Amino acid sequence: MTAFNLDYVFVFVLAAFLGLQLIKKVSPLLHSPLMSLTNAIAAVVIVGAIPITGEAGATPLARTLGTIAVFCATVNLVSGFMITDRMLKMFKRRGG
Amino acid sequence: MDVFVPFAAIAASALFILALMWMSHPSSARRGVLAGEAGMAIAIVGALVHHEVVSYDLIVLAMVAGAGLGIPMALLMPMTAIPQRTAISHAFGALAVGLIGAAEYYKHAQPQFAGTFVLGALMFEMILGFLTCAASVVAFGKLQELLPSRAVVFPGQRFLNGGIALAGIGVAAAIVIDPTQTWLFPIFVALALVFGILLVIPIGGADMPTVIALLNSYAGLAASAMGFALGNKLLIVAGALDGASGFILAVIMCKAMNRSFANVMFGGFGAAAAAAAGGKDDRVVRSASAEEAALQMENAGSVVVIPGYGMAVSQAQHKVSELYQALTKKGVEVKFAIHPVAGRMPGHMNVLLAEANVPYEQLVELDDVNPDMPQTDVALIIGANDTINPAARDDPSSGIAGMPIIEADRARSVFIIKRSMSAGFAGVDNPIYFNPNTQMLFGDAKEMVGAIAKELSGGSGLGH
Repeated sequence: MTAFNLDYVFVFVLAAFLGLQLIKKVSPLLHSPLMSLTNAIAAVVIVGAIPITGEAGATPLARTLGTIAVFCATVNLVSGFMITDRMLKMFKRRGG
Repeated sequence: MDVFVPFAAIAASALFILALMWMSHPSSARRGVLAGEAGMAIAIVGALVHHEVVSYDLIVLAMVAGAGLGIPMALLMPMTAIPQRTAISHAFGALAVGLIGAAEYYKHAQPQFAGTFVLGALMFEMILGFLTCAASVVAFGKLQELLPSRAVVFPGQRFLNGGIALAGIGVAAAIVIDPTQTWLFPIFVALALVFGILLVIPIGGADMPTVIALLNSYAGLAASAMGFALGNKLLIVAGALDGASGFILAVIMCKAMNRSFANVMFGGFGAAAAAAAGGKDDRVVRSASAEEAALQMENAGSVVVIPGYGMAVSQAQHKVSELYQALTKKGVEVKFAIHPVAGRMPGHMNVLLAEANVPYEQLVELDDVNPDMPQTDVALIIGANDTINPAARDDPSSGIAGMPIIEADRARSVFIIKRSMSAGFAGVDNPIYFNPNTQMLFGDAKEMVGAIAKELSGGSGLGH
C-alpha cells in the first residue's frame, strides 16, 4: 500500500485538463453516447475489484464485496460499450 | 508477468484518451468505441495476470454473470429508455466503487495502518461512491416514473441535508483518525446513502439532464479517488476523464438554462412556481387542424422542427421522420433545432431522431438556428415548452428570464403540438401560445405528426 505521492496529483491534473479539452470538442449531437462511453470507461474500476476478489488470504467478506463489485463493473462495461455502439450506428448522413 | 502490468496501464490510458478524441464527430465515433473496448480489455488482462491474484473462480463467475445481464440489457433496451439506463448504470458503477472501498477499508482496519492519506482517499471515494449510487437510484426512479418526477421540497430541507453531510464527513474523519472503530463504518455508509437520496429528491424531472451529468462526474471522481487510495494511475486517468466529461456536460446544461449549479441542486425549481401560475385566461388561442398545418408546411420554403420531451414521451420520433421525408420530397428544407436541455439527458433528442433515420446534418444547435428563424416560414414545436418561451428573452420578471431559447416566435408562422394548455415544467406562463402567428395543434404528438405526414404524402397523390 502506498502513502501520499505527488505523482498521483500530477497525473490527475494532467488527465483532468486533457479530459476538459477533449470533451469540449465532442459534438453536442453525441452527448448521449458520450455519456454511456465514459460510463463504460469508468467501469475500469474492475481492475481494483479483481485483486480484492482473487488475492491470496482474502477474507470471505472481501471476496463477497469484490465479487459484487466485479459483477457491477462488468454489467456497466459490457452494456456501456454495446449501447454506445448501438446509438452511434444510428447516426447517418443524408442519403447514407 | 508483472512486468506487463505498468505497460498495460499506459496502453489502456492512451486508448481511453483516443476513445474520447474520436467521439468528437459521428464519422469517427465508432472507432472511439473500439479504442475504449481495446483499452478495457488490456486493463482487465493486466489486472488478471498480476501475481497477487491467485484464485479466479469468483472473478470469472462474476464476469460471466455481469455479461449475462449486460448483453441483453444493451440489445433490448429501447432508445427512449436511454436516460433511465444511464442513471442506473451510474448506480452500478458507483456501487462497485463503494464496495471496493469498503473491502479495502476492512483490510486496513488495524492499529498499524499504512497511512492517513490512503484512508482519507478511501473515505472520500466511498462518500462519492455511495452518494452517487443512492442518488442515481432515485434519479432512475424519477425517470422511470416509479417515483414522482416533480421536485419534492419540505421546510428545513437544506438544514437537514447540510446536517447529514456534516455528520457523514465527521464520521469519516473519525474513521480516518482511528480505523479500528469498525462500528462507525456502517453508520458512515448509511449517512452517505441518505445524503445521496436527499440530494436528488428536490430536483424535478426536467432538471435531470444536469443531474445525470453531475452524477456522471461524481462517479468519475470516485474512480479517481480510488486510484489515489490504491496507487493505481490508470484509475486516476480514467476517473479524471470521466469526471471532466460529466462536469462539462453539467456546465453546458446549466448555461443552457441560465442557472447556476447551486440553483439546480438546491432550487426545488418547478415546485413553487407551478402553484403561482394560472389566472388571466382571457387571451385568445388559435387552434388548427392537421390538414391546415400540412397545407401551410407544404407551401413553405423552410420548416424548423423543435422537439422536446413531449416527443420522447409519445414516442413520436418515427412519425417525425416520416414528416421530414414527406416535406423533403416536396422540396421543403427541414431542419431540427435542438436545445441542449431538451429531453431528459444531454443529447436525448439527437439519439431519438437518429434512431428514426433523420440524417444528423439536419440537426442544428440553438446558436446556429436562431439567426435563421426570422427567415423561416414555419416553426413546428413538438412537445417543447420552456425551451421556446419568449418570456425568457423579453420578460425580466419571468421565472426563466435569461434562459437561452430557440426563437420559434420569430418564424413567420408557428405550429405547436400540445396535449392541453397546461404550463411547462418550470410552471412559467408561455406567451408564445397567444401570439397572432401561433396556431395550436391539440393532441398527442405521435398522432398529430402522423396525421400531418399522412396529409402531406396523400396530397401529392403518391401515398404509401
